[in-house]
Amino acid sequence: MNFFLNIKEALQSLNANKMRSLLTILGIVIGVASVIALLSIGEGAGNTITGEIESIGTNVIYILNGNDDEEISNPKDLTLQDAETLASSTRSNEIAYVAPVVSRGIDISHQDNSVETSVLGSTADYQFVQNLTMAEGSFITNGQVEGRSAVVVLGPDMAQNLLGRSTGIVGNTVRIGGYPYRIIGVTEAKGGSAFNNPDANVYIPISTAQARLPRGSSPNRVQYILVSVEDAEDADAAIIEITDILRRAHRIPPRSPDDFTILNQQDFLAVAESITSVLTIFLGGIGAISLLVGGIGIMNIMLVSVTERTREIGLRKALGARKKDILLQFLTESVLLSMIGGIIGITLGWVISIVVSQIAIRSGTMLDISVTLNSVLLATLFSAGVGIFFGYYPANRAASLEPVEALRYE
Amino acid sequence: MNKQKDVIRVENLTKVYQMGEIEVHALRGVSFNVKPGEVLSIMGPSGSGKSTLMNMIGCLDVPTEGDYYLEGELVSSLDDDQLALVRNRKIGFVFQTFNLLPRATALANVELPLRYAGKNGDRKQLAKEALEAVGLGDRIYHQPNELSGGQQQRVAIARALVNEPAIILADEPTGNLDSVSGEEIMNLLLSLNKTKGTTLLIVTHDPEVAALAQRIIHLRDGMIEREEVLR
Repeated sequence: MNFFLNIKEALQSLNANKMRSLLTILGIVIGVASVIALLSIGEGAGNTITGEIESIGTNVIYILNGNDDEEISNPKDLTLQDAETLASSTRSNEIAYVAPVVSRGIDISHQDNSVETSVLGSTADYQFVQNLTMAEGSFITNGQVEGRSAVVVLGPDMAQNLLGRSTGIVGNTVRIGGYPYRIIGVTEAKGGSAFNNPDANVYIPISTAQARLPRGSSPNRVQYILVSVEDAEDADAAIIEITDILRRAHRIPPRSPDDFTILNQQDFLAVAESITSVLTIFLGGIGAISLLVGGIGIMNIMLVSVTERTREIGLRKALGARKKDILLQFLTESVLLSMIGGIIGITLGWVISIVVSQIAIRSGTMLDISVTLNSVLLATLFSAGVGIFFGYYPANRAASLEPVEALRYE
Repeated sequence: MNKQKDVIRVENLTKVYQMGEIEVHALRGVSFNVKPGEVLSIMGPSGSGKSTLMNMIGCLDVPTEGDYYLEGELVSSLDDDQLALVRNRKIGFVFQTFNLLPRATALANVELPLRYAGKNGDRKQLAKEALEAVGLGDRIYHQPNELSGGQQQRVAIARALVNEPAIILADEPTGNLDSVSGEEIMNLLLSLNKTKGTTLLIVTHDPEVAALAQRIIHLRDGMIEREEVLR
């Protein structure tokens, strides 16, 4: 049997039942479109998260309290002294800036506007670690840290939220946990997303935070310490140095585990990637289920078609069609159905993911969708596979009909 | 020597259908020969086994017992695919209800056996010639619903002829036609038999149609009741 003739004939017979063919194709279109759209949205979300983590900068190292991986007998908290030790360490050439951070959830208000947010207490170096530039005023100074000054630096979004504007507000007063703080600066807008928006941050001197904000049992404790290195390539060497210095400061005996955790961008990326790949698999799975339903639709329609065309099958057999000729004929039809559905579905899924990303961008979340070649290939092969898998049973049923029975069928 | 020449030789053909608990003996030992170029009618009331016999001779079914030689080849023991090949190469079917593909042109319908024969190159040309031979050279691109019953049956005859089979099996070929078209179809079949020498088997219960043959086999209760030699 000629291959093209086979396809032509299959198209003719699908064309003979237009409505039915269209509805069957629709099932596959929805399945493939949802696979494409969900995969690309998942991929886009992953890219957005990864991008945000990358925007932390490869030269920033996080030091956190505790160690989730190992049992620690007598853990010590990270303290201001630890940060000072790191900053003053002459042994470590790699370390550029060290900024300890105390962070508390608390109300911040201006007149009638009140927002609950997390206030960051840090030192002057925080500005350099995070590469913050000021839109107006200045960042917290070391003098203000020493003097426990009641001063605050706002991100532009936070300023907009509280005061209704983000310029010309230096010198105004906001209340944090009831105490008045003088605004001394507003940071330059950096852009961000719902996950992590530095433009909505509130910064106060770390000493003020430790003295005035509600705190737990250990007043010297800091949540984490940020360390920046001169050169991203030095990060690994710096991590070794930091570990060494902190172990000494915490008097950890050799072979005992660290009582702190050091993370750099690579570690965050690894975590984020494992999360987003789970997300992508999950979303792809949802799409695959609808594709499966579409496939069952094909099987259903092909079974009806085989029953309706029993006489035709009998005739073809009488004229010399072998079992495999009939099998091929019906498989071609079901694969064509699913392939046509697949092509339309890829296009539709593409359009859907573009629309979703536009909606996301309009609502302030950067979502860079990407329809990858992988997902297109996956959807195409999967839809062809669906056609073969779900088409095989009806086709085999057609091919196995006895010619005598089939010819007699009314 | 004589047996070698027979296009059809059936010996003691028996067919038993198992209908649940009951065994139905559709054929109870039928034997006859057909010579090349012969026109043979098979008659009998319904239930006489003529359809079953027809299916055996058309290689659509295999007998429970007995042998069937088609052009000297024992075909009663072939498997499905081999039977398909025999049907394709050696047998042309003409049905009472024409059995044309409704959405295909006359040409495409006639091409069908050639496709299953694997002939690709001159398929169109052969199909066209077959349609011209049955007098439908000017209607090759018409679909069945654009043709009269007689014309549809002509298309079916062209389709039966196109692979140049050894025998043409016509099952009530005039059953769905008015008498004028029926006569035309019979004349066509007989003239093809004369010009091409194709053996013609006609299953019918119309005595007038049967009488056009050289020989009539009367079946009753799965056995040959009598044989009439007319000319």
